[in-house]
Amino acid sequence: MGPLIPLGIIDSSWNNVFAILIGIAFGFILESSGFSSSRKLAGVFYGYDFTVLKVFFSAAITAAIGLYYFYFLGWIDITMIYVNPTYLGSAIVGGIIMGLGFIMGGYCPGTSYCGAAIGKIDAIVYSVAMMAGIFLFSEFYPFFEDFYNSGSLGNVTVYDTLGISVSLFMIILIVIALVAFYVTSLIQKKVKKVEY
Amino acid sequence: MGLLLLVTFYITGRGLGASGAAKSTVVATINKVAPEHAQESTYYSKFISDDNHPLNQWLVFEVIGILAGALLSGALSNRLKFKVEHSPKITSGRRLVFAALGGLAFGIGSQFGRGCTSGAALSGMASLALGGFIAMLSIFGSAYVFAYFFRKNWI
Repeated sequence: MGPLIPLGIIDSSWNNVFAILIGIAFGFILESSGFSSSRKLAGVFYGYDFTVLKVFFSAAITAAIGLYYFYFLGWIDITMIYVNPTYLGSAIVGGIIMGLGFIMGGYCPGTSYCGAAIGKIDAIVYSVAMMAGIFLFSEFYPFFEDFYNSGSLGNVTVYDTLGISVSLFMIILIVIALVAFYVTSLIQKKVKKVEY
Repeated sequence: MGLLLLVTFYITGRGLGASGAAKSTVVATINKVAPEHAQESTYYSKFISDDNHPLNQWLVFEVIGILAGALLSGALSNRLKFKVEHSPKITSGRRLVFAALGGLAFGIGSQFGRGCTSGAALSGMASLALGGFIAMLSIFGSAYVFAYFFRKNWI
């Protein structure tokens, strides 16, 4: 019965050991998928390389389906799975600023670590600047504390918000993903190749 | 990737992350350099406790793993090399300026969003959190909108 550490089946002293092992696997997968390259990552926004979209979308769906399979089979206590809280305004504004950062910098935090690990100087600069950004946010936090905490909806799931069953939502999500994979493969054929 | 994310949820009850480790590094640095300032700050003080060092966080260990895993993958496929990767149409100086601006913006945005592409969007979508889908749509939506203005850097 999982999740193993929150339920005490594996002692919590193992938590950081698993953190390193999981991190190694995560870093290895990101780097070997080519995500240490900002030019490959930016491809998703200009139509010449949709690998990011495919890996990202299929990973989220695989994990979501797996979790609910485990739940239906009684292998996991789904109430112990962390559903991150939603703060509507702050989440949207944060996402917009991150999107701007993504297209200017060519990386997101996780992929910048991968680029930095294999010697990409632009990725090292990005990672350091990211910490500077977090520092700026922290120093000016009192100015937007109210906004940061506004619009709290709690730890809600998307299917509850939409008022549909989890199974129906999952089917809709899979259909959207399949359509997106097909359409992007058509786009990629039409867009001029970029060598990198 | 999906299977790794599933295993992570099955073992730890939560997903993957990345920007949280950078936040912990900033908090630990400020707490070391200016402890009084860190204690008084309403933001840093959320992440400081007496019985736990700010760097003793799951995500910090996970990111150490990410660096090691990426290094290993890069070494196996002969990609280890110090260089500035950029489009042939721009200089490496321009690339570095935009990398810095992008990092700065992403750092600020990840605090408003309470997590980045990994923690908020990817892991949030896997646990079917509303916030995960909002993060994914707003990050990618905004990047598509802004992509037009920065196209010279990439294509």
